[in-house]
Parts: sequence; structure tokens; C-alpha cells
Amino acid sequence: MQEKVLMKGNEAIAEAAILAGCRHYFGYPITPQTEVAAYMAKKMPKIGGTFLQAESEIAAINMVYGVASTGKLSMTSSSSPGISLKCEGISYLAGADLPALIVNVQRGGPGLGGIQPSQSDYFLATRGPGHGDFHVLVLAPASVQEMADLTGLAFKLARKYRMPAMLLADGTMGQMMEPVCLPDPAEAEEKAPDWAAVGTGCARVHNIINSLELSPAVLEQKNIERYERYAIAEKEEPRWEEFMMEDAEICVVSYGITARVSRNAIVEARKKGIKVGMIRPITLWPFPKAPLLKAADQVKSFLCVELNMGQMTEDVELAIRCKKPVGLCSRVGGMIPTPAEVLAKIEKANEEGG
Amino acid sequence: MANYEMIIAGFGGQGLLFSGKVLAYAGLLENRELSWLPSYGPEMRGGTANCNVILSDTPVGSPIVQQPNVLMVMNTPSLDKYENDVVPGGKIFIDSSLISRKVVREDVEAYYIPATKMAQDMGVPTLANMILLGAIIANTGCVQPDTIAAALHKVIPARKADLFDVNMQAIEAGKAFVS
Amino acid sequence: MTTVFDKPKSLTDAVFHYCPGCTHGIVHRLVAETIDELGIEGKTIGIAPVGCSVLAYNYFACDMIEASHGRAPAVATGVKRAMPDNIVFTYQGDGDLASIGLCETVSTAARGENVTVIFINNAIYGMTGGQMAPTSLLGQVTQTSPYGRDPKTQGYPIKICELLATLDAPAYLARVTVNNVKNVRNAKKAIKKAFQNQIEGKGFSLVEVVSSCPTNWGMTPQKALEWIDEKMLPQYPLGVYRDKGEE
Repeated sequence: MQEKVLMKGNEAIAEAAILAGCRHYFGYPITPQTEVAAYMAKKMPKIGGTFLQAESEIAAINMVYGVASTGKLSMTSSSSPGISLKCEGISYLAGADLPALIVNVQRGGPGLGGIQPSQSDYFLATRGPGHGDFHVLVLAPASVQEMADLTGLAFKLARKYRMPAMLLADGTMGQMMEPVCLPDPAEAEEKAPDWAAVGTGCARVHNIINSLELSPAVLEQKNIERYERYAIAEKEEPRWEEFMMEDAEICVVSYGITARVSRNAIVEARKKGIKVGMIRPITLWPFPKAPLLKAADQVKSFLCVELNMGQMTEDVELAIRCKKPVGLCSRVGGMIPTPAEVLAKIEKANEEGG
Repeated sequence: MANYEMIIAGFGGQGLLFSGKVLAYAGLLENRELSWLPSYGPEMRGGTANCNVILSDTPVGSPIVQQPNVLMVMNTPSLDKYENDVVPGGKIFIDSSLISRKVVREDVEAYYIPATKMAQDMGVPTLANMILLGAIIANTGCVQPDTIAAALHKVIPARKADLFDVNMQAIEAGKAFVS
Repeated sequence: MTTVFDKPKSLTDAVFHYCPGCTHGIVHRLVAETIDELGIEGKTIGIAPVGCSVLAYNYFACDMIEASHGRAPAVATGVKRAMPDNIVFTYQGDGDLASIGLCETVSTAARGENVTVIFINNAIYGMTGGQMAPTSLLGQVTQTSPYGRDPKTQGYPIKICELLATLDAPAYLARVTVNNVKNVRNAKKAIKKAFQNQIEGKGFSLVEVVSSCPTNWGMTPQKALEWIDEKMLPQYPLGVYRDKGEE
């Protein structure tokens, strides 16, 4: 660990990516994530890396696909409308089983929407952003420290599972500054993976990076094998944080900025004697189903706090197999609930019981 | 030490985010828990701008300040917008060169500092923000006086190092005004 | 006994799926011969598009990457930036390069990326069954221009070499065809130059190969080759549109 410094969330992502060994960044300007590109534009030329402002979001994700095809780490960052454009490329990354990082500093939608913080790309991220049967790893930082830590983790898991990973942040996380301890630089890249397109060296049969398969039987098998890998990730990679859950009777479920707001509300509610805690998913895919199911036997109800119309409530209901009621406290369009609003919902849930 | 939840607001271009950054870096040097959150959007210059700074002894939950106990304002719209959000007993620091009205509430402490006029008189017309910051530091003790100089060194880019002295002078002038 | 004619090493043993009389086979061979002759098979990375040549990854013996529709130049950019010492080429048709991927084509050329682009212009979408392409000729009947391409509603053909020649960066832009032996020889020279340029670090090189599509043009292979002379070349004149090496 390096010494504690003060950084914007977006800058922490960029620096952490470099420390993780990423030397190829491709992006297109969009608020509120431009600091990532600006940081890369300054830093990459000095360390022999690539910063390229692409002609479009689509070109950027395909440049990422090109680098990923060679087995090297690469990334792009954008915000919601730009991520829609990248979805085609993300589907191809998934279809060709390539690791890469896509950062989504979310803003309000749909359409051009707004530029203030949002979590309304939850479905887009967790259901597979693009056509076809696939998932991407989805990590949801709730602090500048996690912006850095989860960037490194995303690259690591993307490589391990040969999957694209998405860092799902929001405008607040991107813009705020907090103290952060950056990790030490990752060890230099070993030789290219055996599947990579780096030239045959006239020493082996050619490698083909590809998502096309015209035989239905073979394509089916490829999908099944991909889901076998997903199953391992679902078993081994869910990450979450529990806060005041020991004796909780109400379980708040929240990620990112709303988890921060909820924390304030929970502290206030505890002062009023309400037994409330929080399970904060750190990975949204794989979703931390196990701790939620376990909590379902302990608490009277769940309360999802998020910046969308309740997208995560579906995952919570599935995780707890609808054993307990799942409420929602949400603001959308760039609005953020106040701790008082969350507290009011907690108090209401407390009165209603199970 | 008390927890400080601050809003620093005014027009874009008045150095509000910079003032907040100085506080945040001072907090970092004091090993406090802290967050700094700017408003962002199209209003890069001339529009309303603000930042939220939290300095705390416990982990910061929401970085969004809804009920500040310290408010620094450098234009009337910002005073209009935030006056009623200040917690009872909170403090409002006003650039009285730019804001002619008085604080209406009686349950808060108001400090009227002609910061823009003072800055002009000192020949540093762009540093009214630092005069107000000096007043806040001296009055609230939110950060230690000696960490401010170190924080300034962190915030001022090396290529503008010559600005350090004038910034310190502005801070000292603000301190002197409220002492 | 001496071998006087053989399959290039840079082609695999896979049997081409192309229609009888299609000129893809000739161009594949020219690219593969070039790779062999330049001795770059081991470090070449090819990028196949979406279109008739989508399966080109099965035919070229070098490492291959299949790209999404129109994005081959962006993928090539990523590969070349990551592997600057390798040789990177794309092989794209007119729908891919001149329609859905035009933005990538122009931008990659404008950046002067040190890659080689082989562009097959046969004035039609072949794989999807003969729809109008951005390069279809005025009056050309296709599935989606059944009354002939009408400039009032369907606009005019895009001339890629001329368009890219307005840019400062490209090192080499040439239009060739493969409808007779002489033209095939000239095409080979242009393709070789486009690869040689990359080896020498000269920058973006594109060879447009005016090609035939007997199946979707509704002609015999022989008639299709004649149609290139009669109809295609007046619209798409052969020649070198940029050659920085010669300037």
C-alpha cells in the first residue's frame, strides 16, 4: 500500500488501472467521467501506454476488443448513454471470451437523460449489456478507496474468468474526493495467454478470436460452457459488506452512493432504538444471494435504497425467495434521497413489521 | 473534535472548489475522515457552484451535506438557497462586499466579512475566497492553523508556486478580521 | 520434378465457401502470397469483418480476429497499439467498410494508423443476399433497389479512395481490380506495397479491389468480369490516389 492521498473517484479509477498493469485506454468524452480520460491522456504517454480518444464509443470498445484479443489489459470508460453504444462491443467481448474493463459512471436516463448521479443502469449491467446469453462481472464501489480497489479486482476477475467486467459507479463517486491508499503496482505481465492473437511465430496453428459459430450444436455447447464458468464465479466471487446486521430486524440493501446515505439513516434509526442494518452488495453480478437468504430468516423486512425505480428489488426478492417483504426507497433522474427520507422509510418499515 | 459539515457556495470562478480542497487536504494531513464533493455540470464559469466538505472523526457516510453547520457564501442566491438548511447554532460566513442583505434567522451565528473589498485593497482581487476561509478556520478551529500552510502546498500546482505567499496572506487577513 | 505452382503457406487447407466465380478467392491468394513473400506469416494478425469474408479467419493461416460489423479498423487500431511490432491487416467488404463502418474507416485513416486495409468493392451486400450497397451503381438493380438505384431517393455511390484522399494522413491509397491476368498482377503489386508500407512504418495503406459478385449480380462469372470493365471501372477508375513513398 502506498501513502494516503486525496483523489477524485474518477482519478482513482485511472491510477488504479495503471497500477493493475493496464496500458491501453480508449474513450470518448462524456460527463461525468471525463477525469478518467484526462488522467489517462496525461499519464499514458509518459509510461509507454496508449491513450486514444476514439471517434465514437463504438470505436472505443472495439479498440478495447482489439487489445483484449492480444491478451493484454485494456479499458474504456463512459457514462450511461455511451454505455448503450458500447453494448454491441461488450457482447462481442463476452462471445469471444475476452477480459476487459468497462467503467460506467452512471447518470440519469433514459435517452440523453441528465448528468446527475444515477443507478438506473442496474438492469443493463447485471442482465448482460448487449445481445445474447451472457453476463459481465459488475462491481459497485461505494467510496473512492473502492473505486481504486475494485478497479484492480475487476481486471483480476476479468482475466480469471475471461469475462468483461464493468465498474458500475455513479456521478457522485466519480466526482467526490476522499483519502485513498493506492495499491502497489501489479507485477509486470507474464507472457501472452495461449489463446491470444499475437502472431503464430510460425510455431503453432493459428489462434482465432471469434464469437461466430454457425453450427447450432456447437454454439449451444459454447454457451453451456460459458455458463459453467459463470456458475463458478457465482459461487466464489460474490462480495458484500454487512453493517449493524447482528441483531437487525430490518435489512437495508443498497450499493454505491445510496449505501453511504443509508449508513447515515441507519445510525440515526439506531439512536431511536430501531434495529436496522445493511447488506451492501459490492458485486452486483454475481449478486450476493447467500447473505440475503440467510438474513431472510432473521429480519422482518428488506428495504432497497437505490437511484432507479427499483431494479435491484427483483434480485433481492429472488435471493430471499420472496420470504419477506421487500420495500423500496428511491429517487431518480439525478435526485439523491436524503438520510431523512431513508430514515422515514426505515421507520415505516419498523411500524409495519414483517 | 467536532464534526464539520460545510457548504461553500457562490458563483463559478470564485475559487469555491479550491477553498474546499484546501480544507480537505488539511483534513487529510490531520488524518481525519473526510469527503469533498463538488457540484458538477455545464456551469464551469459564472453559474452557481458549490462544494460540500465533511471533516469528521468517524467514517463519513453520505458525502452530500444537507444540513451544514458551517456555510460560506459568496453570492446572494447561495445565501437564499442555503440559509434555512443550516442547523440551529450553525455558522454562516458571508462576503458582505457581494451580499447586501443580512441573515434572517436568529438561531445561527452570522459573520459579515467584506472579503472581496479586502482582497481588492490587498491587491489580490481573486482571493476573497481565501480571506473567508481564513475567517472560518480562525473562528471554528475546524482544522489546525499549521496544517493549512502544508495543505496549500499540496493544492497549489508546482507551476504556480509563487501564489503560495499571497494565499497565505489572504488567509491571515481573514483570521485577523474575526479574531 | 519442380513445383511451379502451389498454395501459399499463409492459406490454410480449409475449402473456401465463396460462390463460383467470386473474386474473393483471388484476393485471398494475393494477400497470402504477399505475407509469404514478405516473410511475416508468424507475426501477422488479420481481422475478418462481417460480410461474405466473415469466415476469412478460417482461410488465413496467421492469427485471426473476427470483428463486429464495420469495426475492423477500430479493432486493428487496438491490436496495432498493443502489438506495434506485429503486422495487422483488415479485410473488409463495401457494406462493412463504406456503410456501417465508414466512421471507423475515415477516423483510422485520418489518424494514419500503421495498418493495412484490403477493401473489396463489389457494389452489393453479398452475404445477406444482394441488397444495395453504398457503392452500388446508379440504376443498379438489387433486392433493396428493385427499380434500380435512384439518386433522388438513394443517393450516389461513395468513392472511398477519392474520399480518403482528402485526408492528410494516409500513406497509400490505390484502386485495383482482378478481372484479368494483367489486373491481377497489378493488384498484387498494390497489396504488397500496402503491407511493405506497414513494415516500414509509413502508416495507413488501403487497397480497394473492384470485385465481382456473379451470384447477386445475376450473371455468369465471365459476364461479371466483363461488367467490371463496362460498368464498375467508369465509376471507380483504377489508379493510385495517394502514395507518400512516391511524393
